[in-house]
Amino acid sequence: MKLLTLASQDKTCTTVLMLLAAVTFIIPLCNMLTPVGSPLHFSAYTVSLIGKYLTFALLGMSLDLVWGYCGILALGHGAFFALGGYAMGMYLMRQIGTRGVYGDPLLPDFMVFLNWKELPWYWFGFDNFGFALLMVVLAPGILAFVFGWLAFRSRVTGVYLSIITQALTYALLLAFFRNEMGFGGNNGLTDFKDILGFNIQSEAVRSMLLLLSGLSLIGAFLLCRWIVNTKLGRVVTAIRDQESRVRFLGYRVEMFKLWIFVFAAMLAGVAGALYVPQVGIINPSEFTPLNSLEIVVWVAMGGRGTLYGAIIGAVVVNYGKTVLTGLMPEIWLFTLGAVFIVITLLLPEGIVGLLRRKLKEQHA
Amino acid sequence: MNILSLTRFQPVLALLMLAFSLAAHSDPETVSQPWQQALNSLAQGSMAEREQAIMQLADIKDAHNLTILQALLDGKLFTTKTDAKLVIGTDNQQGFTISDAVSGADLGAVEHDALSKINLTNKMRGTLRKIIGELELSADDPKVRLAAVKAMAKEADDRVLTLLRERADKEPDEAVRQAIKVTLLLQDMDSSDKATRIMAIEALKTKNSQEVANRLNTMVEKDENGEFIEPDEDIRNLAKAALININNRLQLYSSIETVFFGLSLGAVLVLSAIGLAITFGVMGVINMAHGELMMLGAYTTYVMQQLMPNHLGISVLLAIPAAFVISALVGIAIERGIIRFLYGRPLETLLATFGVSLILQQSVRSIFSPLNRSVATPEWMSGSWQINDFLSLTWNRFYILVFCLLVFVLLLQILKRTRLGLEVRAVAQNRKMAKAMGIPTARVDAMTFGLGSGIAGVAGVALSQITNVGPNLGQAYIVDSFMVVVFGGVGNLLGTLVAGFSLGIANKFLEPFAGAVLAKILVLVFIILFIQKRPRGLFPQKGRAADS
Repeated sequence: MKLLTLASQDKTCTTVLMLLAAVTFIIPLCNMLTPVGSPLHFSAYTVSLIGKYLTFALLGMSLDLVWGYCGILALGHGAFFALGGYAMGMYLMRQIGTRGVYGDPLLPDFMVFLNWKELPWYWFGFDNFGFALLMVVLAPGILAFVFGWLAFRSRVTGVYLSIITQALTYALLLAFFRNEMGFGGNNGLTDFKDILGFNIQSEAVRSMLLLLSGLSLIGAFLLCRWIVNTKLGRVVTAIRDQESRVRFLGYRVEMFKLWIFVFAAMLAGVAGALYVPQVGIINPSEFTPLNSLEIVVWVAMGGRGTLYGAIIGAVVVNYGKTVLTGLMPEIWLFTLGAVFIVITLLLPEGIVGLLRRKLKEQHA
Repeated sequence: MNILSLTRFQPVLALLMLAFSLAAHSDPETVSQPWQQALNSLAQGSMAEREQAIMQLADIKDAHNLTILQALLDGKLFTTKTDAKLVIGTDNQQGFTISDAVSGADLGAVEHDALSKINLTNKMRGTLRKIIGELELSADDPKVRLAAVKAMAKEADDRVLTLLRERADKEPDEAVRQAIKVTLLLQDMDSSDKATRIMAIEALKTKNSQEVANRLNTMVEKDENGEFIEPDEDIRNLAKAALININNRLQLYSSIETVFFGLSLGAVLVLSAIGLAITFGVMGVINMAHGELMMLGAYTTYVMQQLMPNHLGISVLLAIPAAFVISALVGIAIERGIIRFLYGRPLETLLATFGVSLILQQSVRSIFSPLNRSVATPEWMSGSWQINDFLSLTWNRFYILVFCLLVFVLLLQILKRTRLGLEVRAVAQNRKMAKAMGIPTARVDAMTFGLGSGIAGVAGVALSQITNVGPNLGQAYIVDSFMVVVFGGVGNLLGTLVAGFSLGIANKFLEPFAGAVLAKILVLVFIILFIQKRPRGLFPQKGRAADS
C-alpha cells in the first residue's frame, strides 16, 4: 500500500505507470483474444518492438539509479546489459540441441566450426534455465562488484570513473570479438529455436515475453522507487550532492555506492536477458561504447533522478530511432548528436523537467 | 586488326624508331662504333660471331648492355624479320609485346612469326651469366651490386668466387663489401683445409646474416641416422659457439625491433593524446569529439591528395598546416558554441561533446561516403630502412616517431615561451586571479582549445599514413588517448609522453605471447587497475591545483 501511495504523489509518475500497465496487459490480451488480421491484433513485429522498448526502459531506469540518484556517470552500463543477454543467449544456444547446422548435440554451431571438441567449462549448466537465470543477475553483478569495489574504494570519481567504465566496456568488446573466448566471436549467439520448450518465434511466446518485460519493468520501478525512498536511498542521494560531507558524517560512502552500482548492474542484466529472446541475437556490438552512451541519452532526455523519466526517455529516443532509421538512416546520428547537445545546454532536467515546469505554470 | 595494321606499317615505324633511338643517343660516346657493330653481329652473325659479339659487349661499358644481355639470357631478345632490328619481346599469348632493345621505346604488339629468336649455346649462356654478374657487380647503384652479390652467392663456383675476390678489394660500399666477404667466408667453410674453416667460422661469428645462421645450423644438426652432418668435432663446437653468439645478437636485434614498434605505436598514442592533454589536462574539459578532430585531420590529408594527385609528398607536408587550421577552427567553434556554457560541469561537457562527435562523424559519412578512403603514402615514407639482415625499420613508422617528438617539443615550447603559453598556464592555475591580472580568460580558453584541437588534426595527418581513413577513425583512438592522458597524470604533458611510449612498448612486448587483441585488453585492464591504485596517474600534479 505504501508503495502505491508513494507512486501516486506525482501525477506524471502515475500516468506513466498506468500507460505501462496498459501496454503490458492489453497487447498480449488482444493478441490472445483476436485472430490474426483483426484490427485489434498486433503484428509480431510490433509486439517484439514494444517488448524491446520495455527492456530498454528497464535498462535506462537502472542507469538512472546509478547516475540520477548516485551521481556516477557510468559510460559502460551497456556491458552489464550485454552480459545478461549473453547469459540468456547461452541458455538459448543450448536449447537448439541437434537442430543446428552441424547437428552436434552438445556443441553450438560456431564451436563445431572452430573445430572445438568439447564444451568450455563456463558453458556448463546453461542447459538449465534456472542456472541461466541465476547467471543473468550474477555475471553482471559480480563484474560490477569487482569493478566497483576497486573503483569506489580508491575513490575514483567523476570523469575518471566515466572514462574507466568506458574502457571496461571497450575491453569487453574487444574480448568478445575474439573467437577464442567461446562466445561466438563477431557473429555472437543467434539462430535460437526454443525457450523452455516453446518455439521462440511463435506469437504466444512473443506476447508472453512482452508481458514479462512489462511486468519486470513495473516491478523494478516499484522496487527502485522504494529503494530511493529508504534511508539507503537518501544516503545515496546525499552522496550525489555532497560526497565528502556524507563521508565526514561517518557513512561508508563506497559501500553505498557499491550496493547501488551492483544492484543496477543486475537490473541491466535482467533487461539484457529479456531483450535477447525478443530480438533473436546477441553479439559483441552491444558492448560498443556508443551503445552505453545512448543509454545515458535516454536518461538525460527523460530527466534523470526520477526513474520514470528514464522510461519516457528510453521509449521516446528509441521510437525516434526506429522511425528515423527507417525513413533516412543518415539523419539518425545527426539527430542523436543534436539531442545530446540540446539536452545538456537547454534541457538539463529532460522531458520530465519540462512537463513539471508546464504543470507549475498552469497551477500558478 | 590492330596487330595487322601494325605489321603493315612496321617499316615506317621502324624508321621512326630508328630516328628516335638516334635522337636518344645523341651523346657520341654512348653510340660508339664498336658497340653498334657488336650488336649487329649479335643480331645477324653466325654462332661464332655471336659469341665474339657477347665478349665484345662485355668489354664496352654501356648502360644498355645489362638489359640487352639479360634479355638475351632469358630468351627474350629477338630480331624482327622485316628489318632485322634488335627487340626485346615478352610473350602475351597472341604474340609478342616488343620494345626497342637499344632505346627501350615501346613498339607495340606483333605476331609470333614476325620475330626470330637469337639462339644461344650452353657455353654462351655460361659466359653470359658471368658477364651479367660482372656488369651488375660494377653497376653504379649499390643496391644493384648488393642484389648481384646475393644472386651470385647462390650459385657460387670458382669463376664467381674469383670475380667476387677481385671485387672485394675495390668495392667502395660497406654493405656490398660485407656481403661479398660473407659469401667468400661461407665458401671457405667448405674448404678442405681445417685452418681455413676455423678462420672462416671465427670471422663469420660477428656477421649479422640469416644465411650464416642457417649454414651454421646445418653444421650442428644431426642427419636422419643420428650422425652429425659435420664429422669434425672441433669445427662443430666452434660452430655451436658461433651460433650462440649470432643468436644472442638476433635476440638483441629483435628486442630492438620490438622496442621500435612499441615506440612507433607509442608515438601514435602520444600524438593522439597530446591534444587531449591540452584540452583535458590543462583546461579540464572532457572533449569526446577529440577523435573526430583527428579524423578531420586525416580527411584533410585525403582532400589535399585529391587536389594535387601528382605531388604526393608535398600534399602530405601541406596537409599538416591545413589540418591544424581546420581542426583548430572546428575546435574553437565547439568551444565558443557549446563548451563555454558548461565550464565546471564536466559530465555535461562530456555528453555535449559526444553529441558533437556523432554529428562530425555523420557529416563525414554523408560527404565522403561511409567507406574508408585510401590515402597514398609518399615514396620517401614507404619501404623500410634495412640496417642489417636481422633488423629493418619501416620508414613511415620512423617518420611518425620523429614527427611525434617534433610536435611534442614544439608544443612544449609554445607553452613555455610564448605569450599564449604563459596565459594558458596562468588560467589553468588560477582562473580568477588570471582574470584579475587582465588576462582575457574567455579568449585564452578559445585559443587553448583551438591549440589542442589543431594538434589533434595534425595527429590525424600522421594517422592517415598508417591506418585507414574512415568515419570511425576517431572512435578507435578516443578510449586509448584518454587512457594515455589519465595514465600519465592529468595536466602533465611529459607524463603523457612517458605514458604513451610505455603503453606502446608494453603492448608490443605482450603481443607475441598474447596476440594483438588480448595484448590490448591486458593493457586496458592494467590501466583500469592502475587508476584504482593511483587515481591521479603516473605523475600527479602537486600543490593546490591538484585538490580541485
